Amino acid sequence: MNGLSAGRSAPHSDPEIAWRSAVDASCRTPVSLFLLSSVFWLVFGTILALIATLKMHTPGFLDDAAWLTFGRVRPAHLATVIYGWGSMAGVGVLLWLEARLCRVKLPLALPLVVACALWNVGVAGGTVSILLGYGTSVEWLEFPVLWSLLFAVAFVVVMAASLLMFSGRRVSHVYVSQWYLFGAVLWFPFLYIIANAFIHGGLATGVVQASVNWWFAHNVLGLWFTPIGLAAVYYLLPKVLGRPIHSYYLSLIGFWTLALFYNWAGTHHLVGGPIPAWLVTVGIVGSVMMFIPVTAVAINHHLTTRGYFARLKVSPTLRFIVFGAMSYTVVSYQGSLQALRWFNEMTHFTHYTVAHAHFGVYAFFSMIMFGSIYYMGPRLSGREWASAGLIKLHFWGAALGILLYWIGLCWGGFIQGLMLNNPDIPFLDVVAYTVPYLWSRSVAGVLMTVAHFSFAVLVWKMFVGRSTGGEGPTLFSRGASQETVDDGGEA
Amino acid sequence: MNRVVFLYVGIVATVIVSFAGLVSLPEIQLRDLAPIVGENGEEYPVEPQGLVLEGRRAYAGLGCMYCHSQQIRPEGFGSDLDRGWGSRRTVARDHIYDAPPLLGTMRTGPDLVNIGVRQPSDNWHLLHLYSPEITSPGSTMPPMPFLFENRSLELETPYDALAFPPGVVEEGTLVVPRREAKAIVAYLKSLNASRPVPEVVQ
Repeated sequence: MNGLSAGRSAPHSDPEIAWRSAVDASCRTPVSLFLLSSVFWLVFGTILALIATLKMHTPGFLDDAAWLTFGRVRPAHLATVIYGWGSMAGVGVLLWLEARLCRVKLPLALPLVVACALWNVGVAGGTVSILLGYGTSVEWLEFPVLWSLLFAVAFVVVMAASLLMFSGRRVSHVYVSQWYLFGAVLWFPFLYIIANAFIHGGLATGVVQASVNWWFAHNVLGLWFTPIGLAAVYYLLPKVLGRPIHSYYLSLIGFWTLALFYNWAGTHHLVGGPIPAWLVTVGIVGSVMMFIPVTAVAINHHLTTRGYFARLKVSPTLRFIVFGAMSYTVVSYQGSLQALRWFNEMTHFTHYTVAHAHFGVYAFFSMIMFGSIYYMGPRLSGREWASAGLIKLHFWGAALGILLYWIGLCWGGFIQGLMLNNPDIPFLDVVAYTVPYLWSRSVAGVLMTVAHFSFAVLVWKMFVGRSTGGEGPTLFSRGASQETVDDGGEA
Repeated sequence: MNRVVFLYVGIVATVIVSFAGLVSLPEIQLRDLAPIVGENGEEYPVEPQGLVLEGRRAYAGLGCMYCHSQQIRPEGFGSDLDRGWGSRRTVARDHIYDAPPLLGTMRTGPDLVNIGVRQPSDNWHLLHLYSPEITSPGSTMPPMPFLFENRSLELETPYDALAFPPGVVEEGTLVVPRREAKAIVAYLKSLNASRPVPEVVQ
């Protein structure tokens, strides 16, 4: 099909494309609102991150105000990027993918807009609470429970819309992306409600709360971000390349082994801690078994893309999602290794863990969300991206930033761990050793900040500004293979 | 069973099984852990109350645990014991009154589960909170001047004014801890997991 700018929302003579445009049009308001909100929180969370990283090597920076102390800015950063950026982008992508894959118009538009508003109020209220000192000091669950209730309500609407689309779907085949999306939409509310009830509601006592905490926190990545990210790759890779996924059976193995094993991985955060040894062992086994789904997905994606890597030069969407998909493999293997007792003994309390966590949420999940938004934007807004140069700036700032971040803190953190385990080295010498690596993290943070601002400008121009962009899709280069970079491929 | 039903059941079942494994089972195993009662009827651990509880709340609200852990790993696993951070590994019983437990996952700063034993001086803690480099040169801990009040020179030095080492601040500077600072110090001084417990053979 030679549909470069084939009236992404205008009626079209081909009924298939006309129907697809109608689906996109039904998503326009709610999905755009979720995406716009997510980008706002991305920028907000990035500023908090920058303050936090500078404080780590220059503790006197902004030390006068309680609300800007490191111990508040850091959890506020995490909360805004997880619940504001990651989850809201994730919901936007999830709703649109489901509408597309079920070939139905997005239902519950008004309730979804209300849910989006509640979600924003929740993130804003929760973040302000943390900065004012009302954070709970439970990692990934820092918001006081009042704000958590807002999420729970908002999420019920998202879940209802998903289930309505699925039950009303107009295709009998259930595509692999839909398995993952169902997982995400059923798993996350379960995890969130249980974790809040058992920790903040006090149903669990003492160190069991720590077990619940890490069961939940690791599953936010494993059963919420990961399935949405993989669903987007499984959908967009064939779309952009114009060829089907390599193997159905590998997809099947990848999904069900993830569902079986990822659940159990969380307690590797408590290796050596004051909890029953079996609980840690179970977490380690779950983490190591993740080798299976990760390998299955990696092979499947690689064999789908093989022979088409030249397209990375052309398509922004492809470049971001391939970077994300490759990072999934790297970060997951790293995670399996890190869970082993002998390795964890060195890295557990160090910056190595921080590097790993950021590679998962950023290099894997966030990059895929960026790529997905680059694909969805023109279809939701009926406009083109304003500037290929800004997209390039976004990509290189983000990619080089996260790589520098990861390499610097993995190395610095690993040596930090070795030094900590040698009792002859005074503690403050270990602190001094890490400082240059903390600076490298700040440099990386500046690169990522530049990337996020250029992304925000693009999103603003597309959804809010008046410019309609150029003619045809905004690609990195006007190569010969443009035509397949649009809506090629199967459903 | 058709595929869609299988999908639903599979998705729900996998997460419920892990919930049972990582939430319910440990709760059943550990919920009856009770304090140890010593020969004179004294109990360990002690439920935090009053100023200590207030301090715990402030410690949590300031996010201290993002840099300080509160757990001692076992002998032969890491150097926790060799660094003198504790006399035994910590166990679930040490935390029965902790809601939430502040075990932490980072050691940007040292472990604090026995800080009450290691550093008994009020003035040291207060100086350290006010400006960590006074007590620990090279520390990257954030100074927390907002926990203190600067007073102009008064006729009588307040009883709780910080005693600075010579040359650190200008002559005549008066710094007095606010209630929150005192509460945090009370909490830190209460942290003591050195009492022998039956779980750890020493």
